[in-house]
Amino acid sequence: MKAATDPVPPTAAAPAPILEAIRVSRRFGGLVAVDEVSLSIAAGEVVGLIGPNGAGKSTLFDVLAGERQPSAGQVLLRGRRVEREPAEARLAGGLGRTFQIPRPFGALSVLENVMLGAAHHPGERLWPNLFAPTRVAAAERAARARALEILAFLGLEALAKEPARVLSGGQRKLLELARVLMAEPAVVLLDEPAAGVHPTLMQTIVERLATLARGGLAVLLIEHHLGLIAELCARAVVMAEGRVLCVGTPAAVLADARVAEAYVGRPAA
Amino acid sequence: MSGAWTGWLAYAASFGVMVLIQGVACLGLNLQWGQTGLFNVGVAGFVAVGAYTSALLTSAAVDGRLGGYELPLVIGVVAAMAAGGLVSAAVGALTLRLRSDYLAIATFGIAVVVDLVARNAAGLTGGTLGISFIPRPFEALAERPLTFALATFALVAAVTLLAYLLLERLVASPWGRVLRAIREDERAAASLGKSAASYRLQAFTVGGALMGLAGALQAHTLGFISPENFAAAVTFQVWAMLVVGGTGNNRGVLLGALLVSALWSATGLATAAAFPPEEQARAAALRIVAIGVLLSATILWRPRGLLGERTAVSRHLDD
Repeated sequence: MKAATDPVPPTAAAPAPILEAIRVSRRFGGLVAVDEVSLSIAAGEVVGLIGPNGAGKSTLFDVLAGERQPSAGQVLLRGRRVEREPAEARLAGGLGRTFQIPRPFGALSVLENVMLGAAHHPGERLWPNLFAPTRVAAAERAARARALEILAFLGLEALAKEPARVLSGGQRKLLELARVLMAEPAVVLLDEPAAGVHPTLMQTIVERLATLARGGLAVLLIEHHLGLIAELCARAVVMAEGRVLCVGTPAAVLADARVAEAYVGRPAA
Repeated sequence: MSGAWTGWLAYAASFGVMVLIQGVACLGLNLQWGQTGLFNVGVAGFVAVGAYTSALLTSAAVDGRLGGYELPLVIGVVAAMAAGGLVSAAVGALTLRLRSDYLAIATFGIAVVVDLVARNAAGLTGGTLGISFIPRPFEALAERPLTFALATFALVAAVTLLAYLLLERLVASPWGRVLRAIREDERAAASLGKSAASYRLQAFTVGGALMGLAGALQAHTLGFISPENFAAAVTFQVWAMLVVGGTGNNRGVLLGALLVSALWSATGLATAAAFPPEEQARAAALRIVAIGVLLSATILWRPRGLLGERTAVSRHLDD
């Protein structure tokens, strides 16, 4: 896998951000779900996005991934403005995402789920299948080999031929990660990768994400499991009521009184 | 060979032709619904577009009606596919962003428009009288009914086989895999870089071209078409074939076409034998009921149809 075998060497100076949100807002009628949020993430960074339910984290993900357009602000991917581009174009630019509730293609095999993540596959166009079958077959063989490699990396290779609908919740989370990795992204947005996952499988997810980050992959993850945030992330961004409340190391933000207040409310006078 | 056997064989060949033509339309619907999840309930309209296109291009001139170019049959059939595809592309570009139930209403509306044009634009379609004397590929053999029927069957079977193989290649490919992904979860497919709008339009267009092909085959095997050939019941039958045979499975589609057509013919013979001539028109409704019962039984006991779809899509993964 490119991300694991071709690491980006760390640099002393602050690296250029791969993904950047600049004063991004998203309104739904009178409701401001995301309110002038700015954040950035560089290669090899794992950043945690935390906050109580309704803080606007998933809406921010949708805006960053191209599923919703921002009402205001800019989204920069590798320095290029992309806030008006649809989700499919963002993936081509190097940004992948997973969903809070995994969305496997249940009737397809696990292997073919992963192969769907392949970018620029000539067989995914109509005409090469009729007029360039040799080229399609070669691309398909290469995609299959790479998909199996990713499945092995994530410990799913034994399930390659099973229909995706038989996977457990945790395995579905891994499958989503595998699909995104197939596209060789530079940055991934992971929406609660550990939610509902068995502790053993969660440890696998943590280890694999750490390996990928060491290889240069930028990871922005929403997670309520604060132990995972502390273990994986160098930096955490806390959102509340659509705004960024504070940014810092996981230990620092968890010690911040404003964060506790956002989660459990103001203590009674 | 005795006269009775000759008659039965000729009937079987004609029956086979009918099965295969409906099968081709159903293959088109399978690409749209079975593979991509596009709810087209205007199948008859797209079949009619193909039938009238080929008939107008290949038949002789008639006073007061457009067409009559007497072009070769092959050109007529190719033009029918192009017309079916183009109309589908135009309709698809306008409607494919609709949710499935609204798409169903829109495609039904298209079929109604085509029917109204066929009935009323007499200068183009011959109106309710339709178009007669459409060239048939083995007209010279018409004096010998068995030979004529067998030759026609062989030709239609070859065309159907070609359409089947072409579709098998397309659906058992990475392209087909993307269609299946979009059918299952458009949002997840978009997150993997697949443009649902583009793929849905492609599938709708290719499916429409196949329906146009079915229309052309019908025109050139019957030698006559009228709006009655493209009634809403045709759409119902093609859908029944798809559900009974197995949505998403091209072999299932052809099996479904055989079973539903066999039931249709058998109930036709049964009602002819059981009811007096003056009751025949009313008794014909029982044939629709019989298909409805078969459809219901399939949904109850084999909801994936007789041949369900395979988990693996790409033929490159068979090893």
